[in-house]
Amino acid sequence: MTEQYLDGSALAGPLREIFAVDITTAIQRCAHCGNTGRVAVLRVYHRAPGLVARCPGCDEVVSRLVRGPTDAWLDLTGTLSLRIALPRVPEPARTAGSSGDS
Amino acid sequence: MQRVPDGEVSPYLTDGLSVGDPIELRGPLGGWFVWRPEETNPVLLVAGGSGIVALMAMVRGRRAAGSRVPFRLLYSVRTPAELYYADELRVPQPGDDGLDVRYVFTRATPDHFARSPARIGVADINTNGWPPDVDANCFVCGPTGFVEAVADILVALGHDPRRVKTERFGPTGG
Repeated sequence: MTEQYLDGSALAGPLREIFAVDITTAIQRCAHCGNTGRVAVLRVYHRAPGLVARCPGCDEVVSRLVRGPTDAWLDLTGTLSLRIALPRVPEPARTAGSSGDS
Repeated sequence: MQRVPDGEVSPYLTDGLSVGDPIELRGPLGGWFVWRPEETNPVLLVAGGSGIVALMAMVRGRRAAGSRVPFRLLYSVRTPAELYYADELRVPQPGDDGLDVRYVFTRATPDHFARSPARIGVADINTNGWPPDVDANCFVCGPTGFVEAVADILVALGHDPRRVKTERFGPTGG
């Protein structure tokens, strides 16, 4: 069956329980093939004891999430990095005497 | 609500839930499959069956924002009786100027409908979509097989894969 997976967007709810921001718009790098793309476009297999996300480039597992009654287990072995957009940090205010590196 | 026999949610909603039962909702969640009024590129929405629901939210969002961004909605459904939002889509609502709605029927058509019942194909998307060079943002929502087919066709027609956003809701009900 080719119809057994969902988009990474399906992780939005379960991951929002863990992270403070929406991770599905983050850019994920696959540890297996180096492919980068939004978490939202991963392939999520949900007919399992947990949620298994696979890379759309190489089909290897990039994350696994199991929600138990009192804990979540998040395995990111297959994910090299996540680039997460955040609100801009204000420029540090320049104060007198801070211009040199002495 | 359409019951999918081995579905995750629909059997519970159709068999377990009664009128008057309280439910808690979380969301909206996920910022990817979203159209924002500040995006001015033309938009193509391709819906398979109840996949129209997520896309109708964009049509209504366009209306609410008073947006003039050109929208084309291509809605594939089995039979005319199974159309969601039939009235709202048949009669253009205030603010719907620039929204073009087309239908694909896969099993039975209304009387005098030119296209024979068939699954959505290259010709449907080529005729009713945008040419790839206008950089349209494409949103495809429906059963997994439908979404795969439409996304593949859009890319084959020359659309930038980064502009083709998909939302699969799992296997079709049959």
